[in-house]
Amino acid sequence: MNAPAPEPIIEIDSISKSFGDFQVLDGLSMNVMPGEKLALIGPSGSGKTTILRILMTLESIDSGHIRIDGEELYHMPKNGGAKDGGLVPASEAHLHRMRQKIGMVFQLFNLFPHKSVIDNITLAPMLTKGASRAEAETRAMELLDMVGMADKARAMPAQLSGGQKQRIAIARALALSPKIMLFDEVTSALDPELVEEVLNVMRKLAQETDTTMLLVTHEMGFAHDFADRVLFFDAGKIVEEGAPEDIFSNPREERTQGFLKKIIAAGHRV
Amino acid sequence: MEWDWDFVWKIMPTLIEGVKITIIATLLGSVLSTVVGLAIALLRRSPTRLISMPVSFAAEFIRGTPLLVQLYFIFYVLPDFGILLPPLVAGVIGLGLHYGTYTAEVYRAGIDNVPRGQWEAAKACNLTGGQTWTHVILPQAIPPMIPALANYFIAMFKETPLLSVITVLELMNQAKSVANSYYRYVEPMTLVGAFFLTISLLSVFGLRWLEKRYGRIER
Repeated sequence: MNAPAPEPIIEIDSISKSFGDFQVLDGLSMNVMPGEKLALIGPSGSGKTTILRILMTLESIDSGHIRIDGEELYHMPKNGGAKDGGLVPASEAHLHRMRQKIGMVFQLFNLFPHKSVIDNITLAPMLTKGASRAEAETRAMELLDMVGMADKARAMPAQLSGGQKQRIAIARALALSPKIMLFDEVTSALDPELVEEVLNVMRKLAQETDTTMLLVTHEMGFAHDFADRVLFFDAGKIVEEGAPEDIFSNPREERTQGFLKKIIAAGHRV
Repeated sequence: MEWDWDFVWKIMPTLIEGVKITIIATLLGSVLSTVVGLAIALLRRSPTRLISMPVSFAAEFIRGTPLLVQLYFIFYVLPDFGILLPPLVAGVIGLGLHYGTYTAEVYRAGIDNVPRGQWEAAKACNLTGGQTWTHVILPQAIPPMIPALANYFIAMFKETPLLSVITVLELMNQAKSVANSYYRYVEPMTLVGAFFLTISLLSVFGLRWLEKRYGRIER
């Protein structure tokens, strides 16, 4: 018997998105395979962050389709799945169910400042998955251990450095065991000496789990080591994609070459 | 006119009865305006214009008309429509609704001050709309606005003499009635002023403490 060909975990099918007159995404299509580590690079305004925000349902789409795990994200079957097919816009309940599959880490951490570190992590599992406090705290301590922050469980976010906050934010997202993790420029707001501790956590995560990871980043060196595949975006489209070695050492497209040159000139390592 | 201490002691028990009612009206009015203000603030944010528009209009209407007129309306006009309320209940409803339209603005500012990233983090944590309000947004929005709310409660306290026009036996009304029976105004009215001043000053000290305690959430 042949093993069935693996299905993509994310299928993006010609989606478009505008903010007012500014078209951010223009008929974009791409697939992501389960367990894949993807780096999205490109100039600001190229639409890479918008893709993550759309996958997290923080922004809607104007047209097109997205399937997560074979299931429509922004649409659902008419008549509760009757045979005649046809799709209608997703209800809030549908979006809520689909969001279970996805977690996100933000550039500005967005920890809940009124809750201690451990409460930040246990809040969502207790509210959305009906976990008991004891279960949620056990899991939270495992995650804190993984991100090297077990000694800060009772601290408040305001007492932590940026790098520590971001590690907590990663633990918080992981607490819901999403199949897909989205990282939106997670080191951009950090002081340079704090970047490495966050990247180390992400390396560990990539090694120890088969979570699918999408990463928007300006850390080219990290993208090179971390990603299975790199996508270069410009003006809402994928200009070039390929293995990190090819994109970084041997970019074919002029726009990719120009972008990488600028990034290196600005002092980012490749 | 001479200050008469004997008269002061004689009317004191009556005035203290009035102070009690004044404080009860203020406390109940504060509770009601806290709830009404939150309800107005939340309903005004409703994406359904059929909800947000009438609520906005009603709030502007109440805020734009005098409390005194509203008290007359609740106590003397509503009975024509079959709604007969005891004086204190009518007074508390009047205070609560009127000040609720002001506290609604305090809530609005407090809610707007919570950064957008908090809403997004709540969504990424897959919280429902209700859970986002109760566990993320309001716990951050409310502490910084406690001093502003308390300020309105002190203002409300000083407006409770208006309730005398709808026969509530609060401090002012008691003072008026003893003054009218004895034809002496200097002691009762001075004492009314003294009572209000004392309680206001104590409240202001409390307010300063609240400001220190709940000034800002550290981020």
